[in-house]
Amino acid sequence: MLFAIAVFAPLIGALIAGLPGRVMGDRAAQLIAIAFMVLASICGIVSWTGHIWGGIGNGTVPITTWITAGNFRLDWSLQYDSLSTTMVAMVTTVATLIHVYSVGYMAHEHSTTSRFFGYLSLFTFAMLMLVTANNLVQLFFGWEGVGLASYLLIGYWYDRPSACRAAVKAMIVNRVGDLSFAVGIALVFLLFGAVDFPTIFAAVPQHMSDTYHLFGTRWRAYEVAGVLLFIGAMGKSAQIFLHTWLPDAMEGPTPVSALIHAATMVTAGVFLIARMSPLLEFAPAALGFVTFIGATTCLFAATIGCVQNDIKRVIAYSTCSQLGYMFLAAGVGAYQVSIFHLITHAFFKALLFLCAGSVIHAMSDEQDMRRMGGLWRHIPVTYVTMWLGSLALAGIPPFAGYWSKDAILEAAYAAGTPLGTYGYVCGTLAALLTAFYSGRLLFLTFHGKPRAEPHVVDHVHESPSSMLGPLVLLSIGAVSAGFLLKNLFIGDGHTAYWQGALFNAPTNHILAHLEEQPLLIDKLPILVGLAGLAVSAWFYLLAPSVPAWLAARFRPVYLFLLNKWYFDELYDAIFVRPAMWLARELWQVGDATLIDGVPNGLASAAEGGALTVVRIQTGSIAVYAFTMLIGLVAMVSVFLILR
Amino acid sequence: MNWQAAAPEIFLACSGLVILLLGVSLRQDRSKLCTWLTLGAFGVAGWLVVGTSPATAYEGLYVADGFAGFAKLLILAGGALSMILALDYNAQQRIARFEFPVLVLFSTVGMMTMASAANLMTLYIGLELQSLAIYVLAAFARDDIRSSEAGLKYFVLSALASGLLLYGISLAYGFAGTMQIGQLATAMTDPANLPAGVAVAVAFVIAGLAFKLSAVPFHMWTPDVYQGAPTPVTAFMSTAPKVAPFVVLLRVMLVGFGHVGAQWQPIIEIVSIASMILGSLAAIAQSNIKRLMAYSSIGHMGYALIGLAVGTEAGVRGVLIYLLTYIVMSAGTFACIIAMQRRGQQVDRIADLGGLARNDLPLAAVMAIFMFSMAGLPPMAGFFGKVYVFLAAVQAGFWTLAIIGVLTSVVGCFYYLRVIKVMFFDGAEAAFDRRTASVSAVAFAAGAFTLFFFAMPAPFVGAAARAARVLLG
Repeated sequence: MLFAIAVFAPLIGALIAGLPGRVMGDRAAQLIAIAFMVLASICGIVSWTGHIWGGIGNGTVPITTWITAGNFRLDWSLQYDSLSTTMVAMVTTVATLIHVYSVGYMAHEHSTTSRFFGYLSLFTFAMLMLVTANNLVQLFFGWEGVGLASYLLIGYWYDRPSACRAAVKAMIVNRVGDLSFAVGIALVFLLFGAVDFPTIFAAVPQHMSDTYHLFGTRWRAYEVAGVLLFIGAMGKSAQIFLHTWLPDAMEGPTPVSALIHAATMVTAGVFLIARMSPLLEFAPAALGFVTFIGATTCLFAATIGCVQNDIKRVIAYSTCSQLGYMFLAAGVGAYQVSIFHLITHAFFKALLFLCAGSVIHAMSDEQDMRRMGGLWRHIPVTYVTMWLGSLALAGIPPFAGYWSKDAILEAAYAAGTPLGTYGYVCGTLAALLTAFYSGRLLFLTFHGKPRAEPHVVDHVHESPSSMLGPLVLLSIGAVSAGFLLKNLFIGDGHTAYWQGALFNAPTNHILAHLEEQPLLIDKLPILVGLAGLAVSAWFYLLAPSVPAWLAARFRPVYLFLLNKWYFDELYDAIFVRPAMWLARELWQVGDATLIDGVPNGLASAAEGGALTVVRIQTGSIAVYAFTMLIGLVAMVSVFLILR
Repeated sequence: MNWQAAAPEIFLACSGLVILLLGVSLRQDRSKLCTWLTLGAFGVAGWLVVGTSPATAYEGLYVADGFAGFAKLLILAGGALSMILALDYNAQQRIARFEFPVLVLFSTVGMMTMASAANLMTLYIGLELQSLAIYVLAAFARDDIRSSEAGLKYFVLSALASGLLLYGISLAYGFAGTMQIGQLATAMTDPANLPAGVAVAVAFVIAGLAFKLSAVPFHMWTPDVYQGAPTPVTAFMSTAPKVAPFVVLLRVMLVGFGHVGAQWQPIIEIVSIASMILGSLAAIAQSNIKRLMAYSSIGHMGYALIGLAVGTEAGVRGVLIYLLTYIVMSAGTFACIIAMQRRGQQVDRIADLGGLARNDLPLAAVMAIFMFSMAGLPPMAGFFGKVYVFLAAVQAGFWTLAIIGVLTSVVGCFYYLRVIKVMFFDGAEAAFDRRTASVSAVAFAAGAFTLFFFAMPAPFVGAAARAARVLLG
């Protein structure tokens, strides 16, 4: 019951704040949305603790029947297990803090913000629906709800063309993944004749050797389904090739970025892989694909993050990179580690975005780090919390990110496969770069001399307490979540904690081997993290000329990174332009010429015919009589011929 | 001798004579009184029609069955509506004479005789009685050169058509040895080996009746006569005198020549298709609303002929429903046209309707209803007329007719909707004169029927279905 309240309270908040919110006024709408979020987070945390420590076993919370068609039956019901309660507790907590933060952040909006809070709550509800689904279709409902809400929020400032473009881009890129996901669901239904998780997972052993014909080749059905579902996850979680929407999603208000990057939306893909672990464990090739994409993304995004100048964009690429870590862990079979990183990441990434928002707020909406500097004196709270978040991101002990990232790299190495080693190498390099760009962000923003316009500098001010409060709370999470949860999630207590919600094949002993790695492998991430920080300090504090010199010396590389590996340009050339060309052809040739042309031509033919007919109508009786007789002769002839 | 079968006609004819004597004997003009008396006589005749039990009379020359009854009620309704329209119009145009209702009455008697004709000669007598009255009516505004021209044109061409019909009848008699419609089939056995003369006879009969229906290629008189005749007369010509020849055609072709149906069906199909196409195409180029209605009427007869070409019970039902909806919306449309008067002068350009919605919204609205209905858009009555005809065609496999019907309906939409566009969106012309009570009554009653037909089609469809079963059963 509490669990259901946790899920549906945000929906009620969204409906009240979103629909009649304009009438109630901003303040009331905000209060209602936040009140329902607080309620949801209390219920969420209570049901989480109740499940983990209270001894309430796994189960489902039925809501109502959704579809009944023949043998096919689909319910609205909530899955109640460790995975879903963990996610619900995390999502509601982070989302509540973001709601509170938004009150301060959106205070300068000219128009009413009730719509904003309605969307935020809707977003949260959709994500909760996603993580608590007990069947794939309900999960897909939440999946699409998240997509819709992200579209609405990214394009919240609908009078900005760039925001509208970013919103549409997020929608379209996600569509690519969603299509694959939908096909994957259909394939699962084809295999199992059901879409609810208990039935599917119970039947996994029976369909082990099923094959599926694809383009004339035979594949194991699990591999195909696994890859299809993962492509869906790639879209939502912004993995390489489908990542292009995520940096652009910065166009939304900063709390939205925090929500998208931390608690909702992007983690959906990782969650899906974890949720489907009982099936994916028997799809080794699909998992290999997951590992490869995850490892590649984590390095790829980190390289781009090193040269971006927009403060939010740096953090956005770091999200991309961190999601790569999560998939890397899931790909080698360490789902627990993956979720562990998901949770720690949620705290420090939400913290980083909200700090960035606070900086932007202080800097009168300036986002370019090259025009910041020396801010630490003016906004000390933001400064400290952002340091904490960045250290967590960089994987410096004892902050949260260290524990989970370290575990991921160990897991990758422990996998012992070539792909696992590849993941370890990519992950370690990415850790170096992560520390580097985290340091770069901090030094450029807070240290050195102010590079902003004087009037902006004069105006710099610390944010209101409604914004600072969430920062402080999140920074507590960013500092402590790692060592508090480590033992539960991936340590000795993990079987007791997960209670079967995540599945490891009998041959998968990766969690047991985590701690048995060579010393160098174990300590390397810390060393590269410190090295990255040191290099960034050297570059941006001690010798500011070095980065410029490097950029000039390795200009092609620099441009390649600055332009995000030219993915946008590539897609523009491969997909967007041809699609536009096709659309234009269909419009001008297909529609304007053919589809319009045929009726227009017929119409003018009809007009011509009309004039001809009228010309015969001379008014002369003789002509009329003649016409009648001609007609009569014609009729008789037809009759006689047909007789 | 079972004269009761012809009681409605006998009563009407006697009333006509009385009203005529009354009109002559009264000193001053009493046209309104005569009109009301005629309307009363129509009412009584209608009551008699409903009360007549099925019977044949006069040695089988005359038949009063359900089919004839349905047609007679339609004819009476058409005549009555036209007379109401003429009430004020004739006075305004200073052509109010007591002969007008009497002529309509005798024409109606002729048409009712046609509907009951069981013999080709009865048919001819009725047809001539109807036509003679209409010649005079068309030229009723005798000071107006267009009206006189219309009367003369109609007379000359109609005489030609009557000649063709009579020739066809004589040929049929020559080959069959009888003029009883019901016995033609039995008299001419072996339809596979049909004498050429019979074919000619059928073609001539079709030609004679198709002229009255203004079906292509016997339609040429229609636009000129419609335009020239006084508008209430045009309204009359487009209603009742379309029903009578049609029911006669149905009876002669399906009962009399039913056994050679396969031979004449293609001819009806061609006539139907040609009428639909010409009706919709030629109307596009019209700028005069009465000529537009003439082409519209040609097109509508084309649609109705689909039902005859199909020749099934469903087809006949479709025709009867089509005629019912058509006469109502046609009378209503002409009521609106009659309302188009400025300073006592009838105007009839489509452009004159410009801005009617601003000057007289109710009239524009009801006219829009008629135009939508004529175009066959649901839920108007005209839609149902088309539906039942097309349904019959599709059920019997006449796909070509149905498809062409639908396509020409689309073309037809253009000019019907153009009228609406002119009324609602074009620049305002000067307002029309105050519309008279008679015009408003007919327009709004017909409009209500057209608009709400969809709510209670069952009694009408049921009656049409019973009539069709009587004819073919």
